[in-house]
Amino acid sequence: MINSLFLINPSGEIFLEKHWKSVVSRSVCDYFLEAKEKALEPEDVPPVIHTPHHYLISIYRDKLFFLSVIQTEVPPLFVIEFLHRVAEMIQDYFGECSETVVKDHMVMVYELLEEMLDNGFPLATESNVLKEMIRPPTILRSVVNTLTGTSNVGDTFPTGQLSTIPWRRAGVRYTNNEAYFDVVEEIDAILDQSGTTVFAEIQGVVEACVKLSGMPDLTLSFMNPRLLDDVSFHPCVRYKLWESERVLSFIPPDGNFTLMTYHVNAQNLVAIPVYVKQSISFFECGSDGRLDVTVGPKQTMGKTVEGVMVTVHLPKTILSINLTATQGSYTYDNGTKLLVWDIGKLNPQKLPNLRGSLSLQAGAPKPEENPSLNIDLNIQQLAISGLKVNRLDMFGEKYKPFKGVKYITKAGKFQVRT
Amino acid sequence: MLESNKDSLKLDAMKRIIALIAKGKNASELFPAVVKNVASKNIELKKLVYVYLVRYAEEQQDLALLSISTFQRALKDPNQLIRASALRVLSSIRVPIIVPIMMLAIKEAASDMSPYVRKTSAHAIQKLYSLDPDQKEHLIEVIDKLLKDKSTLVAGSVVMAFEEVCPDRIDLIHKNYRKLCNLLVDVEEWGQVVIITMLTRYARTQFTSPWKEDGLFEENSETAFYESDEKKTKNGDEKKSYMMDPDHRLLLRNTKPLLQSRNTAVVVSVAQLYWHLAPKHEVGVITKSLVRLLRSHREVQYVVLQNIATMSIQRKGMFEPYMKSFYVRSTDATHIKSLKLEILTSLANEANISTILREFQTYVKSQDKQFAAGTIQAIGRCATNISEVTDTCLQGLVLLLSNRDETVVAESVVVIKKLLQTQPTQHSDIIKHMAKLFDNIAVPMARASILWLMGEYCERVPQIAPDVLRKMAKSFTSEEDIVKLQTVNLAAKLYLTNSKQTKLLTQYILNLGKYDQNYDIRDRTRFIRQLIVPNEKSGALGKYARRILLAPKPAPVLESTYKDRDRYQLGTLSHTINTKASGYLELSDWPAVAPDQSVRNVEVIEPVKEWAPSLGKTGKSKLSKSSDDKFYSDSGEEKEKGSGSSSSDDSSSSSEESSSEAESDEEKSSSQSSEESDKSSSQSEKSSSESDSEQKKTTKKPPQKKTVKPTAKDSDSDENGNVAKETSSSSAEETSSGSESGSDADSHSGTERKKKTKSKAKPKMEVKSTKEVSLLKEVSLLDLDDFTPTPVTRPKMSVLSPSLLGDLEGLSLSNISSTIQVSGPAFVPEKSHDLLHRMTGKGLSAQYQFPRQPCLYQPTMVSVQISLTNTTDHPLEQIHIGDRDPTGLDMHCFNAIECLLPEASVTVSLGVDFNDSTQAANFQLCTKEDQFSVSIQPAVGELFLPATMTEQDFRKEQGKLLGMNESSATITMAAENTTRQPISRQVATVANLGVVPSGQDNIHRFAGKTASSGALVLVTVELRELSAALITINTEKSVMGPMLLRDLKRALAWA
Repeated sequence: MINSLFLINPSGEIFLEKHWKSVVSRSVCDYFLEAKEKALEPEDVPPVIHTPHHYLISIYRDKLFFLSVIQTEVPPLFVIEFLHRVAEMIQDYFGECSETVVKDHMVMVYELLEEMLDNGFPLATESNVLKEMIRPPTILRSVVNTLTGTSNVGDTFPTGQLSTIPWRRAGVRYTNNEAYFDVVEEIDAILDQSGTTVFAEIQGVVEACVKLSGMPDLTLSFMNPRLLDDVSFHPCVRYKLWESERVLSFIPPDGNFTLMTYHVNAQNLVAIPVYVKQSISFFECGSDGRLDVTVGPKQTMGKTVEGVMVTVHLPKTILSINLTATQGSYTYDNGTKLLVWDIGKLNPQKLPNLRGSLSLQAGAPKPEENPSLNIDLNIQQLAISGLKVNRLDMFGEKYKPFKGVKYITKAGKFQVRT
Repeated sequence: MLESNKDSLKLDAMKRIIALIAKGKNASELFPAVVKNVASKNIELKKLVYVYLVRYAEEQQDLALLSISTFQRALKDPNQLIRASALRVLSSIRVPIIVPIMMLAIKEAASDMSPYVRKTSAHAIQKLYSLDPDQKEHLIEVIDKLLKDKSTLVAGSVVMAFEEVCPDRIDLIHKNYRKLCNLLVDVEEWGQVVIITMLTRYARTQFTSPWKEDGLFEENSETAFYESDEKKTKNGDEKKSYMMDPDHRLLLRNTKPLLQSRNTAVVVSVAQLYWHLAPKHEVGVITKSLVRLLRSHREVQYVVLQNIATMSIQRKGMFEPYMKSFYVRSTDATHIKSLKLEILTSLANEANISTILREFQTYVKSQDKQFAAGTIQAIGRCATNISEVTDTCLQGLVLLLSNRDETVVAESVVVIKKLLQTQPTQHSDIIKHMAKLFDNIAVPMARASILWLMGEYCERVPQIAPDVLRKMAKSFTSEEDIVKLQTVNLAAKLYLTNSKQTKLLTQYILNLGKYDQNYDIRDRTRFIRQLIVPNEKSGALGKYARRILLAPKPAPVLESTYKDRDRYQLGTLSHTINTKASGYLELSDWPAVAPDQSVRNVEVIEPVKEWAPSLGKTGKSKLSKSSDDKFYSDSGEEKEKGSGSSSSDDSSSSSEESSSEAESDEEKSSSQSSEESDKSSSQSEKSSSESDSEQKKTTKKPPQKKTVKPTAKDSDSDENGNVAKETSSSSAEETSSGSESGSDADSHSGTERKKKTKSKAKPKMEVKSTKEVSLLKEVSLLDLDDFTPTPVTRPKMSVLSPSLLGDLEGLSLSNISSTIQVSGPAFVPEKSHDLLHRMTGKGLSAQYQFPRQPCLYQPTMVSVQISLTNTTDHPLEQIHIGDRDPTGLDMHCFNAIECLLPEASVTVSLGVDFNDSTQAANFQLCTKEDQFSVSIQPAVGELFLPATMTEQDFRKEQGKLLGMNESSATITMAAENTTRQPISRQVATVANLGVVPSGQDNIHRFAGKTASSGALVLVTVELRELSAALITINTEKSVMGPMLLRDLKRALAWA
């Protein structure tokens, strides 16, 4: 299975290596670095590289490359999925996943990697189990540790690993018992020039933050579960009950986790919350162009659209821009040709507008295609698909938990072609 | 610092060393100092030392040996986690000398009490194998042992070891196949991937292909699975039906839920399993899940898209509805874009091509020129694949020729060249157009392509070609090599066809070529000169010059690069890199004949059919009792006498009335029952006293029953003899099967009766289905007697043969009533529901109701009665159940009704295993001509079987079902509902529950069991002052509780 792991920063420096079988020389990374040189963007590096003796499977995440070395046949997704788990684990432990964080906690990351795989086969990947073995750092604990000389390694052994519910640790105690669920929906859409929808769908995810004592058994039901077209669950969810009764019944892991992700039936027409009026034109003669973008609310179900942001990758031949925004502010990076217009809240009375002139490099031909606009937005207290949580019941424990559900709609990959 | 006495200092030192290792620096010279600390008490220090040891032991073998004794000691530690970690480190030390020690440790750990240690030993097997392959034989023994393990923890790891050490020893899997299938859902996600991959390979060697027949049976393989026996006998040898091995079906069924996993690797491995194993029409279920994965990380998308690309070439239909999910976004990475393009191209067909082409138009304008070029190629492929749009595509491509971007133009030229070549018709205008554009195009490949086209079709454009050649002659020296070569070719071809105009030009170009820097061009020039210019030396070849140069050329085939990828198993590394990775195991072809399937039979209870053991009783004994009381409530009366338990106060209706019916019944039934009881009795005689085999037998029964066919109608003579035989044998078997209740007698008679009831009811159906015309009268008689719903209890009595009755009397007197028994229904609601209205059913109307009898086909099923009526004026033929919802529930269908005369109606019964849920059972009701989709929606109350118990028992059971198993509500009762009688009636209307005698007037208790799992359901209605009442429901089915509560509330509060 997985032989070795290398962490590589964008400039090509290997700053951590871990081997689960015999040591593989780090020169194997040269093949990867070569491929990386060839690619224009870090995202363009092929995830699977074939070298004479090894296979390199890598992911690019949070500006880091996680590169694993494989010697024999293994499903590539198995490795990719695991690498993402590693990244998530680092994020979970240290709050972010970056080169500095890993370098600061080198030993701990190394220990975690040791626990996660045995002979290249995943052993403990549940964050609840890992946290029982190696406690995550907190400021308080690091102070205590330096004073008393105690360590971060748990002196109790993980019990979750042995039980049939490996995702939850035993003996959880809270003074405030609370369970929060966030229903987050993202609209993926492609709108064409005239504003008609080329493609739109809704993807949703139910994020949970459960801090309940003991072994609670929760049942979450929806008002309209028929909306959900395709779902995937955290392993804790009892699939049989979902199949038969369309309720989510589960013993939750402790803390934050993703309960389910879902896809809303595509036959229902997706409500697009905003419309965009745009015109970007370049004059045939002379090196000049105009840009005029207006954003307005469309189907918002009475809620305000917030955090609206328009991102444009302008053509490479643009020399400079001169724009004015009626609302919000815009930034433009001449190096990457990235124009970001941060609008904020949409006011239906006064529609935000951005207009001005673009000047092209002298002699450069008129760009063939107008750049597409990427829209970002969020709407609080609204699930655009209309999904509603009906109720949450808890069994198995005596206390009354505090329960809360929040709905948010966001723009996912929301693109307007021009 | 490592020499220090203080742990904290040592720890600090170790941390620095580990940090060095992590950075890839060499820390091996510290080995001796580190090893000393291996026995440290401090856990963190110890762990760090282990980490160090594993890293460097290989390099410092002698010194590493010093630490071995510590691990050996730890292997005996009482704490399982310490044992496991010791084994883990010990096996990770790659020192050949300790192989025997490792072997010993693995063997011991494999039989450890703790599944966690066994899991570790499975990992250790792989490590030892890679260290010393000679140990293979011993290791296989251990693997074999671990494969038998029932723990979900072990399963994944041991299969991994199996794959690594001995993937060819398929024989080790046989016995564990069913177990693995059943455990699969509970195995941790990484193990699932490995097991699924292994099982895919296994299934390919063990089952026959479900793909062979495309006709009728392919569509209905699930029906075929259930009814094939009948069909075979009916159709004789005409059609060799494909019947899926039940184990094959088991695998498919058990992997399906995993499509919902959050782990993408699991989803794809299930997808590939379905792709490689499932019948063609079932593969569709994976589509949605695969498309879902496209929302995941870039790398996941990459692999999933590759797999989809391969699939979409073979099966366009699968992904066509999701076509829009493959639309490209400008933010996608380049390799993702090209994969999406690939898929879109494969999905293109006559219907959607216009949409796809419109989408492609947008892509062509993309800033990413590499992608734009890819799009043009894709358009080219679409054009060749779909002849309708070839012209449109060509026009579009020609328009692109005036594009400003060079790469786009060049790519279009190349694609047009290929397209023209495939269709060498009258496209001379396009060639002319391209010739005009020639001056503006600078990309060598494109220029070369145009020149080639000119040369190839120079006869079609006789005016232009020489002109182009003239231009080329002018600029020859400044052209790229590839263009020069084509110029020489063009010159040669023109010389042959039109030598008058071009002779001089050709000479000139050949001269230029002769002194070119590039040797290829010089070569080509010499060759061409010799070939075409006639001189003395040229010899024979010159004559054939024309044929050589102007030979018709085969058109290039534009096809996907993913075309032959399917030779690799999907989802594997080999598939991704398109070469065979080391350690790749080929997926074998289906065997022509399935190997012996009995190898998978194991002498254990099959977990699928296992009932949840509740209250220390097996489901079977419960159910056997359930059936007896219903059909023979006279024995219930006797019980009343003996024990005072009131099971059925309302069932004491006419036993005389039913006797006549029963007699005629029995006459008919005996013919079939004799055969069946023969079988079962002989079987039970053989059955050993182990409950295992007992259970297995019951699971086998249903299929056997199906095979029983009415053969002789007049063999009623041996009825009594048979029954007697059966009684004796079954009593032996039942007592041994161990119903702990202590009521031997009860269970004894129970089994016997159950069998009898089975044999009794079965023929009713048989008679109807097979002899309906001749027995029409009888059928209607049966309907009247048996199935006409009456507000009172149905006639459930029947007369037993006197000898038997006497036998029973004696036995049932000794009955002790401390147990919970399933009793007859207190009330059977008259209400029937519309299944199929006669308008929608084209004259066929169907109604269903719940007779509240235990199902005859399988104890876990709920029986449903369907009355079919023909309201048309012509007979309806071949009424049967067709396709069922693939995700649907287990059902036992009724036999097909050959013919239903006008105005006649027939009642059939059906068994549905609702799995203790109110999900509707969807299926199709078919006649010869039509199919109607219908669904049966059970109310929660219909999923129970009533039970009787004493108040004492009730309280005891209630005590066990508190907490989450309890749901309660306070309601205001309707005025008329405040006395015992109405309450009982109302509750019984809602749910099939039995009344429990109560000492207090204000408390009413009801009890029942769920049909599928036999879980207890206890209902208490406590009357409070002012017509308030508290309803409490105790059941371990935490979802049914609240549902039942809701229904009860509605019924009792209803005024």
